[in-house]
Order: sequence, then C-alpha cells, then structure tokens
Amino acid sequence: MIEVNNLAKYYGDFIAVRDVTFSAEKGDVLGFLGPNGAGKTTTLRMLATYLPPTSGSAKIAGYDINLQSDDVRRSIGYLPETPPLYPEMTVVEYLNFVAQIKGVKKRDLKNKIELAIERCFLGEVRQKLCGQLSKGFKQRVGIAQAIVHNPPVLIFDEPTSGLDPKQIIEIRQLISSLAQDHTILISTHILPEVNSVCNRVVIIDRGEVVLESSLAEATRSRSLEQVFLECVSRQEDKRTKPLSAVGS
Amino acid sequence: MKNSIVISKREILSQFVSPVAYFVITGFTLLAGYFFFNLLSIFNIVVDRYKQMPYGMSGRDIPNLNQWVIEGYYQTLLIILVFLTPLLTMRLISEEKRRGTFELLVTSPVSVAEIVLGKFLGAAFTVILMILLAGIFPLLLCFYGNPEAPPIFTGLLGVILCTLAFVSIGMAASSFTESQVVAGISSMVVLLLLYVVHSPAEAVGGSLGEVLKYLSPVIQTRDLITGVITLKGIIYFISLIAFGLFMTARVLDAHRWR
Repeated sequence: MIEVNNLAKYYGDFIAVRDVTFSAEKGDVLGFLGPNGAGKTTTLRMLATYLPPTSGSAKIAGYDINLQSDDVRRSIGYLPETPPLYPEMTVVEYLNFVAQIKGVKKRDLKNKIELAIERCFLGEVRQKLCGQLSKGFKQRVGIAQAIVHNPPVLIFDEPTSGLDPKQIIEIRQLISSLAQDHTILISTHILPEVNSVCNRVVIIDRGEVVLESSLAEATRSRSLEQVFLECVSRQEDKRTKPLSAVGS
Repeated sequence: MKNSIVISKREILSQFVSPVAYFVITGFTLLAGYFFFNLLSIFNIVVDRYKQMPYGMSGRDIPNLNQWVIEGYYQTLLIILVFLTPLLTMRLISEEKRRGTFELLVTSPVSVAEIVLGKFLGAAFTVILMILLAGIFPLLLCFYGNPEAPPIFTGLLGVILCTLAFVSIGMAASSFTESQVVAGISSMVVLLLLYVVHSPAEAVGGSLGEVLKYLSPVIQTRDLITGVITLKGIIYFISLIAFGLFMTARVLDAHRWR
C-alpha cells in the first residue's frame, strides 16, 4: 500500500531527509517514530504530495507521488500537524466543503459526511463553529476530514500532540477502529502511542531510517523505549566519531 | 471548474460571516454616497449660475449632467477602490497559508489553477456586489433628471473591470506572504503606483510616454466612463486580470521549486 524508496529532501545545503525507505502492507498501522527534527513531518508532507522530494520516489496505493500526484491525492487522507480547519465554518459545512474538493460525488455527499461524523463522534458538535471547538474536537474534525472520502491510506502527523490524557485515549481508540479499513501511517514521538495502536514501527533519526520492523519483533526482548534510545544514540555516536578523531 | 466554484462558495461564506466584508461594503457605499452628493451639489450651483447669465444657455456651454456628475463620480470610485480593494484581498491567500488550510487545498485533487480561480471568483463576487450598490446613485439621476443612460452602464462596467484587475493584483500580493498586513500594504502601494503611472507621461514623451499612458487604468477606463466600449480597454483589463492570476499561480507553485 505504501512503498517508499530512498526518499530525500534538501533545502539548499540543509538536509531535512537524507534517505528514507520503508513499506507498509494493506491493513498495517505503521508508527513513524523519531526525535523532534528528525524529518518526520517533511517525509509525510512528501508522501502527501505537499512537497516534492529532491530525489527518490514513493508509491501510495500503487500510484507514484512524483508522476501521478492527483491519483495519490485521491487515495490519501492527510491530517497535518495542526488540523486545517476554517474557524468560521460549522463542522458540517467544513466536512461538506472538504468532501467536495476531495471529489466525493454529489449523491454520496450526505452519506459520507454522516459516516465521518459518526465514526469520529462529532454528532454533538456538528452545528458548532470549528473555531469554537476544544482542541480534542478540532483534532477529531481533522481526522473526519481525512476519512470523509474513504481513502485507502491515511497519513496522520502527530494526531495526539497537545491533547489531554482522556482525549489521547479517545483519539487512539478512534485510530484503532479505523485500522480495519485503512492503511494508516502515524508520525509521533510518543512511544506508548505506538505500543497501543501500531503493528509496525519505523524509527528515523536525522533524516535516515534506523529501524524498520514489526512491533512484536522490535519489542521481543526489550521495551520500545530501550529500542528507540539505542537506535537514536547509535546515530549520535556515528556523528560524533569523526569529530573526536580530529580532537585526538 | 467545478472545484473552483466549490472553493469560491466557501470563500464567499467566509467573507460574509466575518465583519470585514460588511465594513468594507458599508464604508465604500458611505464614501461613494458622500462624493456623489458633493458632485451633485456643485453641479446644481453651476446650473444656477448659468441660468443667471444674460445670453441664456446654448450649445456646448451647457453644463452636462453626465460630464459633471456621472463621469466625476466613477473616477472618484476608482480612487476609493485603490484603497479599499486591498483590505478585501489581503487575506485571500495569506490567511490560508497561516492557518494551514493551504496544505489541505494543495493535498486535495484540485489543481493550483482551480484554487486561484476559485479564490478570485469569491473575492470578485464581493467587489461586484459592492460596486453595483454604489451604481444605484447614478441610476437615481434617471428619475430626477435626464442623463444619457448608456454611459451609466458602460461606466459601471469600466469600474467593475478595473476593480477586478485590482483584486487580481491584490491576490498576487497576498500569495507572497503569510502576513495580511504586508499583503495589504504592498498591494496598496502597487495599486496606487498603477493609478498614477501615467502622470509623467507628458514629461517623458515619446514611445515610453505612450506605454505609461497605456498602462494606466485611469486612462483605460476613460472610454468606458464616457460611454464608449473599446476593444483596447477590455483587452487591457482582461490581460491585467490574467497577469495577476498567473502570478498567484506561479507563487503558489513555488514551494515546489526548492
């Protein structure tokens, strides 16, 4: 469903993503982990066709992000770091707008919007303005806009950041319930999140993949925290070595 | 095209649930009404003076309602619009970028051209509504006087075309930045420059002078305001609108260059 090959993104001399390769099958919930600034958001933006990669390619639902970007856009639901809401629209108006620009047919509009509202438990706020919602509800509306056109692949960028514990649990349950019908890619730096919703894990650091495996395999003998710290510090050693060599 | 309509509808909804559109429209009609009243009062005084003249009124000297009131009115509208249009257009793209909704639009199966066209149509709706409201004043003259009717309509068309060009330029300015203030100020400066671009034309002279005159929206609307529809004028405005739309589309595409 998702196939990423040697994806890289440079901003002039600055390397945001050096070389990212991973894949996910249909039905996978893939946790995309890494410390802040590792290149998670940039990678997701490239997969969502917001940014073009400097080099490398990726296929989503069989479509190439460089060559068939419109088909990719139809096949993904994308939730950016901050949910892209129009504060002056009501939840229903907003979902109606998103469904239309995502290419949902007129006769399916009502059904699909109702389904998204139901799945994200937005019934009680449907006529409220997006700008007046609490952060948890905003996030849920953000997820609703990602699933409204029922795409095979969902890409969520830190869906639980800034939420209170109860909201976090709700969002996780929601994501788990979506996993039955969708392939999901979630970026996060919160490790328990991966434990509770994902079945595969990819860890990146400084723009490079340092671990790709199933969650069960990665955590067979150690906790995810240990795995994560090991992967990230190994990278740091590699970086500092040449410097210490100069010193001696 | 269907997507553009969807985007423009959303844009119109946003404009009319926020107070900005109402304030701009109210301010505009207030200013327009005041200037119209001024022009009409002056015209009345002039007519009174002529009545007192011993030779009576004859031939070309008769003060003309069209010339004194309607043409002056439309020209005044243009200068008001130079300042008010940027207030409507400054948020068009910059706000989408700041809120992150731009990311939603770009990652939807919608082309950049459709986004730009939709945004433009949304803003165009508001300015056309606003100008039509101000167009009521000269229409009133038809009931209380006997002006030549066609220039009222061609003049209105001229003001609308010119303002659509202003909108297109304002939107381009808005696409450069996330800051509405920067977008507003820069489009105001550009529009004001465009408005006075012909003033050194006589001093410069030659073909450059002609070019400066051609570039001026004031001179290009003159024909329409006096009741003459010329292809030259229409082409000028359509190309100015197209230029603004093209610039906006290029800027929105630019994040894909790096």
